[in-house]
Amino acid sequence: MPINKLLIGTQKNHQLMTKYKPIIGMEVHVGLKTKSKMFCGCPAHHFQVKPNTHTCPVCLGLPGALPVANKKAIDWTAMLALALHCTINKHSRFDRKHYFYPDLPKGFQISQYDQPLSQKGYLTLDSGKKINITRVHLEEDTAKLLHKTLKGKHVSLVDFNRSGVPLMEIVSEPDISSGAETKEYLKKIRDIIRALKISDCDMEKGSMRLEVNISLTGSGIKPYKVEVKNLNSFRFVAQAINYEIKRQTALLQQGTTPRQETRGYNPKLKKTFTQRFKEEAEDYRYFPEPDIPPMVFTDKDIAQWQSQLPELPEAKVEKLATQHQLPIVTARLLVSKPANYQYFLKSLSVAKKHKLTSQQLANLIINKKINLTKKISDELQRQTQKQTVDPVIIKKVISDNPDVVKKYQAGKISVLGFLVGQVMKHTQGQADPNLTQKLLLEKLAVKK
Amino acid sequence: MNLNKLTIKQALEGLKAKRFSSEELTRACLKQINKTNKQLNSFLTLNPKAIDEAKTADKRIAASIKSFKKYPLLGIPYALKDNFLTNGLRTTASAKVLDNYIPQYSATVYARLKQSAAVLLGKTNMDAWAHGSSTETSDYGTTRNPWNLNHTPGGSSGGSAAAVAADQSIFAIGSETAGSVRGPACWCGVTGLKPTYGRVSRYGVIAMASSTDSPGPITKTVYDAALVTQVIAGHDPFDATTSQKPVDIKPQALSSQTNLKGIKIGLPQEYLVKEMDPKAKKLVLQAIDKLQQLGCQLEKISLLDPHYSIGVYTIIQRSEVSSNLARYDGIRYGNSRSHFNYEAKNRVMLGTYTLSTGYYDQYYNKAQKVRTLIINQFNQVFKNLDLIVGPIMPGPALKVGASQASPMFGELVDMLAEPSSIAGLTGLSLPCGFVNHLPVGLQITGPQFAEQKVLQIGHAYQQATDWHTKKPPAYD
Repeated sequence: MPINKLLIGTQKNHQLMTKYKPIIGMEVHVGLKTKSKMFCGCPAHHFQVKPNTHTCPVCLGLPGALPVANKKAIDWTAMLALALHCTINKHSRFDRKHYFYPDLPKGFQISQYDQPLSQKGYLTLDSGKKINITRVHLEEDTAKLLHKTLKGKHVSLVDFNRSGVPLMEIVSEPDISSGAETKEYLKKIRDIIRALKISDCDMEKGSMRLEVNISLTGSGIKPYKVEVKNLNSFRFVAQAINYEIKRQTALLQQGTTPRQETRGYNPKLKKTFTQRFKEEAEDYRYFPEPDIPPMVFTDKDIAQWQSQLPELPEAKVEKLATQHQLPIVTARLLVSKPANYQYFLKSLSVAKKHKLTSQQLANLIINKKINLTKKISDELQRQTQKQTVDPVIIKKVISDNPDVVKKYQAGKISVLGFLVGQVMKHTQGQADPNLTQKLLLEKLAVKK
Repeated sequence: MNLNKLTIKQALEGLKAKRFSSEELTRACLKQINKTNKQLNSFLTLNPKAIDEAKTADKRIAASIKSFKKYPLLGIPYALKDNFLTNGLRTTASAKVLDNYIPQYSATVYARLKQSAAVLLGKTNMDAWAHGSSTETSDYGTTRNPWNLNHTPGGSSGGSAAAVAADQSIFAIGSETAGSVRGPACWCGVTGLKPTYGRVSRYGVIAMASSTDSPGPITKTVYDAALVTQVIAGHDPFDATTSQKPVDIKPQALSSQTNLKGIKIGLPQEYLVKEMDPKAKKLVLQAIDKLQQLGCQLEKISLLDPHYSIGVYTIIQRSEVSSNLARYDGIRYGNSRSHFNYEAKNRVMLGTYTLSTGYYDQYYNKAQKVRTLIINQFNQVFKNLDLIVGPIMPGPALKVGASQASPMFGELVDMLAEPSSIAGLTGLSLPCGFVNHLPVGLQITGPQFAEQKVLQIGHAYQQATDWHTKKPPAYD
């Protein structure tokens, strides 16, 4: 493409971006890995469990059954809320949210409405931008519908193992402005939840589910909201957002306001598609759940949750950067996997003995050069051995192969591989091939 | 004397003295049921294992007299309202939607009675889903009042009250949302206790209005009510709204507390409502005089007019009903939603409306605010008073068909029970005379968890009077 055309293109894009501003909010549902369900004693784990084996009158919604709230789930949700700088509501309660669906046996979901466990928090992105968190609340998951063909008939089966599993909902303000920011926001949320060890956040198992609300604003645009559901990876969220920005921009340029609707995402086509329209807001007829007494929390409760918070990713990055002089990018990479971070801290003193800098150690861990399950000192021994290749062996290989050296010096660089191979042979494969090549080159250059 | 006429206390004494067996006692009740159920329609389902249960009780009695310590209601036959889930035994709440529903688990109240070795005779008729105060909304036909078959027994626990009045059972279990135990107990001339909300578990009781539902006993005497409440009350890990407070109901202590000196009772002037039958009013005032003679100190007090409670109660109850019935969505319990009767549909519609966006604040929220006012007022009154006394129903039992004329029938006849139900208090209804050969009742209301005190003055009253010993002539 001629360079001037490219420039015009960017200018046009720039104009568009300033004319329409994306407004993105996220709703994240996270299944907690408590032992029991939210309102009964049934086991909460349900992935690949024989259908309808983890059920009881409560999670089947049988007549007369009553919910009893799971304290652990409340504690954990409060801890996440605190990690996201939310205010804990000292008076909180559960509410009934009514709608009809075959996966909802009571005809209502026990959720939280106007007195959630927490509200008004934030999460800071790497750029320093704060994404405000509206609320973190607790509710119960629904049963799972399986659409199958049995004996040639299309049937829908209901598996109640998931019914009543504790589900946290983290709602953000519409402060996010791009697909990239969304991805970062989600990764950070996931890292915090994993640090708290309250959920695996495994999207394949459905323990983390994502919904995006996206619209564009600008002068003269009527407010509207498009919801995109069924996004099962962070990458797809970013792709769906980028697609929606393009789609909605095109509509607005034609003078059309995008329809208020719920859309799905097709990762193969990298496109969103209409699922259903929302003409009016649904009326869920919320009212306080009379079967569960309202919750009252004290300063002491809040202090206790606060004291139980582990070191959070933000704090870990800060520590690595200031105390161990790691570049922020390296520190974040290390922190994103708790096991790597732990290994790094444990290995620091051993690394020093092997004359490795903290940066070198971090790189070894991040580049998966170290088997985390093995003993620290053994692993570092192996790694540091690889760092040096005995010069005697280099010398020997060069002197043993004068013909090959001649070829190399005549310009046939490809023979270098043979020499590297010889070194590897002499070191029983222990030598680092990159380093070997480097040392061989140095030696050969001198010879020249 | 026929064994089925005994009170729990008398039956226990007879069983202990081996004057008769639990099997004989149970058979006497079943005989009376067989003889009279066609007219009364008080039982919907009989327990096919009743005789077996009685035989088991007899074996325990034969094994050791100490069994009565372990099993406080050993061998005593009783009737259970059909909204209590009984594992393996049909439970319908008198609603065709659940026509053939066999529960897979048991209500806590039933489990505790089973644990105390009481013998289940069967399940009693009620207003469908407990929607009503006459048993006329039952999908299985109305129950008749044993004192006069042309009259209703009241409701919603009408089957339970009629069963006790007609000596089909030694005692019965009912449940009350507002007046559903005390009302039919009054109209059938028996004793009914509505325990404090949260004193008796609701687990396994088909929900009507969750925030006021309270299971309670319907018995022949106040003493018996204490015996039963002692067994069914107490914290239940399956009901988060039950209280952790230890149960302090002691039937034996009632006998030694017949002197009521120093007990302060209040009569709210507003509760002698304009709808009150003048003869019934006179009887209630006479009963209050009797309490004064027994040592109670009477004060005239003022409370919010109970007419306000009708609105508050109706809105809260209908809202909760609309939510609680949502699970009978036609997918699971065999019968589709078209099987809901007129009354249920009516309540679901009104409740759906009062919870809808734009109306929630106007109705549900406002009702909750007035509810708080009522609670605060009771708290205030109970600072200077022990108990509140007054009528429980505006008059004696109405004729069958009376409810058809008024869509608010239940809420109107129960208006004197509603304020205490809304506030979650405990209340006792006991017979205090007759108007036109139909029983009239006195209500004694106490603060939360004051069951023992309420029972105490009720028991003292029954020791000094004989209204509770009167039997409907046709069933005597």
